[in-house]
Amino acid sequence: MAEEKKLFKVTIDNITVDVEPGTTILNAARLIGGEVAPPAMCYYSKLKGSGGKCRTCLVEVAAGSTADPRPMPKLVASCRTTVMDGMIVKNITSERVIDARNGVVEFLLLNHPLDCPVCDQAGECHLQDLSYEHGKEGTRYEFNRRTFKKHDLGEYIQLHMTRCILCYRCVFTADQLTNKREHGVLDRGDHSEIATFIEKSLHNDFIGNVIDVCPVGALTDKTFRFKNRVWFTKPMDAHRDCPKCSGEVQLWMRGEEVYRVTARKDEWGEVKDTTDGKPGWICNECRFEKKEARDWVIEGPSHIDRHSVISQGHYEKLVTPKDTLPEVMGGRPPKLIMDIHDVSEVNRPEIKLSEIEGPAHSDDFNQ
Amino acid sequence: MEALTNRSKAVDRRPMTVWEKMYLPVIAKGMGTTLKHFFMKKPTINYPEETRPFSPVFRGLHVLNRDEEGRERCTACGLCAVACPAEAITMEAAERKEGEENLYREEKYAARYEINMLRCIFCGLCEEACPKDAIYLSETFTPSNFTRQSFIYGKPDLLIPDPVKEPELYQKAKGERAKKN
Repeated sequence: MAEEKKLFKVTIDNITVDVEPGTTILNAARLIGGEVAPPAMCYYSKLKGSGGKCRTCLVEVAAGSTADPRPMPKLVASCRTTVMDGMIVKNITSERVIDARNGVVEFLLLNHPLDCPVCDQAGECHLQDLSYEHGKEGTRYEFNRRTFKKHDLGEYIQLHMTRCILCYRCVFTADQLTNKREHGVLDRGDHSEIATFIEKSLHNDFIGNVIDVCPVGALTDKTFRFKNRVWFTKPMDAHRDCPKCSGEVQLWMRGEEVYRVTARKDEWGEVKDTTDGKPGWICNECRFEKKEARDWVIEGPSHIDRHSVISQGHYEKLVTPKDTLPEVMGGRPPKLIMDIHDVSEVNRPEIKLSEIEGPAHSDDFNQ
Repeated sequence: MEALTNRSKAVDRRPMTVWEKMYLPVIAKGMGTTLKHFFMKKPTINYPEETRPFSPVFRGLHVLNRDEEGRERCTACGLCAVACPAEAITMEAAERKEGEENLYREEKYAARYEINMLRCIFCGLCEEACPKDAIYLSETFTPSNFTRQSFIYGKPDLLIPDPVKEPELYQKAKGERAKKN
């Protein structure tokens, strides 16, 4: 008879859950879900060694364990602290945690340019969500924000070093998904930055995944750059037969045009597992080169959390009312007084933004 | 039924008296009222030579603002379009090229910006949503026109005159309420 595994009982925000020994507090809280789960900017469950850098997931441990119920004197990073039997954790019920988290957000935003109106990540940015929940309106920082020399990360990936919060997720991705890492963090402390080693561009089939893991807009898709705002595109689940990856992706469409291809995300903003249970990393070919609807088998609109601005299009469970006019008029469609497409300069059929490589420029519009 | 207000009066259906049957005095009284109005203050004004004072919260035709150097402020962030309850605003963004720094304030700008004035309800939510102080509702009305096509306002219709090249037109477009700079 197999020995029954002993489960640890841990109480997080007055909710008790049984977890296996060795689970971190963060993962135990994610089992409960909802607001109990601390936010995480650097921890990524699919990347080994990630976490412990951003300090947004700080929690208060009110009682260490049943054997030793003394509280931990300082707040601990929940992504790196494993649970003990009988541990009592306070997350949103603790004033200290909320206060500390507000401070962490202020630190993260010290050097952040807050150029959300320009940034392509806006609308799906974890730092944006976090600062809306915990940030202050003003800044107490009086110095100039960091600026960097521009680094070129190849033809597909755009690096905005000013937006980076140094979570190291992209470095772990490059380390663990690709066999030859060519980019990493250079320099130390305040000067550290994500860069390629001697400005080498990255040529690996899975390097595009650094875009998906980036919690901010530091690494963005150059083929989607400035093409459209995320919340005006239609997220659709789709798949194709790909020899390199699972081929299960999310398409960001507008009409019949595919503007962007990303991996599917779960409720924590991480890459979702595929149907056969592997992490759903996708290859560069799927991500950057298949930008036509006929390349894909479209399954239907993806589920978007209703708190996200992306859900404003209401594509999911869309019910189109029956058009009764042609029926009433004997099959004849109604005559339009004005067809907006004859007049409008926007969305011209001859300018296909999704087919332009990289961002559009003035000469793309003024042909 | 009991009257809710004492303003309604029952119709007087009594037969007319001799004085009333003569008509002329009543006509003279009516003409007197008409004559009195000749000398009263006229409520009409000669628009467009004269205009009425606008309320400080009046919301008129949209203006796309420029900064003090004459560069367009709009970065095509799409917040006005997502805030618009009438879905009147559409735009397409482009990246600023080298040499265009004197035209656009940020590295991204609106290559196309369109407001469908037939849909617009002048609620001013676009103005509130704008993080760049780029769009605001001015003190002018949308001019009337004969065709629907002329109500699709593009960037040439909406952009404010350049404050460096045409400072007078710029101040005029900014209106009375705007901050003087």
